[in-house]
Amino acid sequence: MVAVGELLSRWHEALAEQSPVAIATVIEGPEGSMGSKLLVAPEDHIGTAGNEELDKAVVEAARGLLEGGRTETRHFGPRGQRRMEDVAVFVQSFAPPPKMYVFGAIDFASAVARIGKFMGYRVIVCDARPVFATRERFPSADEVVVAWPDEFLKTAEVDKRSVICVLTHDPKFDVPVLKTALATEAGYIGAMGSRRTHDNRTARLKEEGVSDEDLARIASPIGLDVGARTPEETAVAIAGEIIALRTEHSGGRLAGKSGPIHVPDTQEAVRNPSR
Amino acid sequence: MNPVVDKVASWSEEGKKAALATVVKVERSGPLGPGTSMAISEDGQVVGSVSGGCVEPAVFEEAMMAIESGKPKYLSYGISDDEAFGVGLTCGGIIHIFVERVDW
Repeated sequence: MVAVGELLSRWHEALAEQSPVAIATVIEGPEGSMGSKLLVAPEDHIGTAGNEELDKAVVEAARGLLEGGRTETRHFGPRGQRRMEDVAVFVQSFAPPPKMYVFGAIDFASAVARIGKFMGYRVIVCDARPVFATRERFPSADEVVVAWPDEFLKTAEVDKRSVICVLTHDPKFDVPVLKTALATEAGYIGAMGSRRTHDNRTARLKEEGVSDEDLARIASPIGLDVGARTPEETAVAIAGEIIALRTEHSGGRLAGKSGPIHVPDTQEAVRNPSR
Repeated sequence: MNPVVDKVASWSEEGKKAALATVVKVERSGPLGPGTSMAISEDGQVVGSVSGGCVEPAVFEEAMMAIESGKPKYLSYGISDDEAFGVGLTCGGIIHIFVERVDW
């Protein structure tokens, strides 16, 4: 039996430390079981959904969902049986914030770092030039790293939720870092530059043996076509593209189309970094 | 960080009773997805939200009852209808909300 307040304080602690945790709550089930709760961490769990067998099934399901940062309702039999619907358990995943890597410590990077933070990302800015990659220039970034972008990215933690923005628009930096980025499973890879820079970069990447399929993964030139001019406006265009690619939406105007605005997909809500 | 959990934890430290309301399911179009939550303290403080403001007053009342009774409740709110009693969503969706007293 868990003492009153114990589950809440563990939950609060995990969120403060940004360690992954899932909360599983019985929302439909036999008399008296509603509201039963489990806190599930990768290594242990506390609380109960009602009985040991059910707990075992819920913990297993919750760990799976937590890994993908997903929040959804799962159904079980009263003793944790699969393919039974008696007990509905709502599993809420609290995964650590996804990462945004920004390469190139220019003015645009400062605006992109700010909007990344605003969206709930852990923002890491990297540039090889110590004069530009400073804390003072990027107060909103979680980390500012002085290193060669491709070398740094090779050692960095990148997963499906990660976003990589290459703003260097200098072939000496961006070609190697883009090649490294393509070797990761990053959900978004964007590269800044004019049409001319883009064509030149594409040619160089092809020379380096990058396939057309991989090239299609790079959002280049970066951002939605909103006519952005300033670094801040450009950051908004990039942020819009990051969201649209994740949700597989077109990025056009809602006024120009019909149908639902939000897709009732449980996964979409959860992949949103601000939750 | 999660402002709702932060607040609930601080109420708990102060010895205040509270309820938590969480969106568990959204059908058709809804403003906020599953996992979005709102917490209510026994003295009427509120943090977070569960919709675009359409159902919060009703959820607040349900939360107060849950704090009193200790009984959790599964609530569903649908399309608003001027003819009908109760509250609804103007967006045409249905949201399902689980309300529970914080006693864990």
